[in-house]
Amino acid sequence: MDLSGNLTPITFGLAAIGSGIGAGLIFAAFISGIARQPEALSVLRTWAFTGFALVEALALIGLVAPFFLE
Amino acid sequence: MSIALLSGEGFVPPGVQEFYLPPPFDAIPWLTKPILLVMLSVVIIVVFLHLASRKRAVVPSRMQFAGELVYGFVRDGIARDTIGSKDYKRFVPLLFAMFVFIMVNNLYGILPVVYFPPMAKIGFPLVLAVVSLIVFNVVGIRKQGFFPYFKNMMFIPGVPAYIYPLLAPIELLTALIIRPFTLTLRLFANMFAGHMLLLVFIVGAEYMLIEATSPLLNVAGVFTGALAIGLTFYEIFVELFQAYIFTLLTALYIAGATGDGH
Repeated sequence: MDLSGNLTPITFGLAAIGSGIGAGLIFAAFISGIARQPEALSVLRTWAFTGFALVEALALIGLVAPFFLE
Repeated sequence: MSIALLSGEGFVPPGVQEFYLPPPFDAIPWLTKPILLVMLSVVIIVVFLHLASRKRAVVPSRMQFAGELVYGFVRDGIARDTIGSKDYKRFVPLLFAMFVFIMVNNLYGILPVVYFPPMAKIGFPLVLAVVSLIVFNVVGIRKQGFFPYFKNMMFIPGVPAYIYPLLAPIELLTALIIRPFTLTLRLFANMFAGHMLLLVFIVGAEYMLIEATSPLLNVAGVFTGALAIGLTFYEIFVELFQAYIFTLLTALYIAGATGDGH
């Protein structure tokens, strides 16, 4: 069999695993936090999205790295 | 990219070259599409905000309501919640300008005819991130003094002393390099990836529906086209969300600089 192409999508997939798990954990905690204390929503939202942005950055670096390194 | 694996019969997948459009006027080579769009966005924002605030009535007109909705969201939802009710007011103009600027520029990505987010060129988010970097550091130095600011930043209280050689450089690196770097990359990469995603689906649907000869691909093209429409709505969400995140993180960095340490 003859395969041609590029392995960068696979490495991006590997990079996305960590971010996926991280984002899931953050929003799980966020939702259970709101469920326990609905009035804390505005404070929780800020921190949830901050954490999400930090976690997401790793996957995004994985996404753009192939274009830089090409 | 991986699509190259699937393209047997002359389908050319969109790539990085889609972001290097030829300038619309041959005489002015520097006036490219993203630069034109950014200039236009300033005009749009000025005109919109002028119309929204021209007649300030107690019972707002539709325009004023839209303006107040965005302004109120940035002031209350971002600035006051993160910086605190004491000194959030002087940062509201910066944060509001940032939010509206990024929002309008991002929404170009799904605006028919235009279809190009200028923030997918890394230079634009880079400048915004540098503005953010300068602002939060200058605010911190002014509030706490030059050496106390860096001392509070690097030597977090409550950490055992033997961790400091490891932690202090990391904290310094975070504040000066990693924060602007991630701000830039987050906005750039989201817009870049979003634009690429839409291109792949729209160009792919066009190819499968019109140019492909096998009926199987024609049927699949219908789903691809439907998905392209769905992804456009998803892009609207991502574009607004990135404007929110960028402003929120800037506000958080300012809040960290104005607060006394941790």
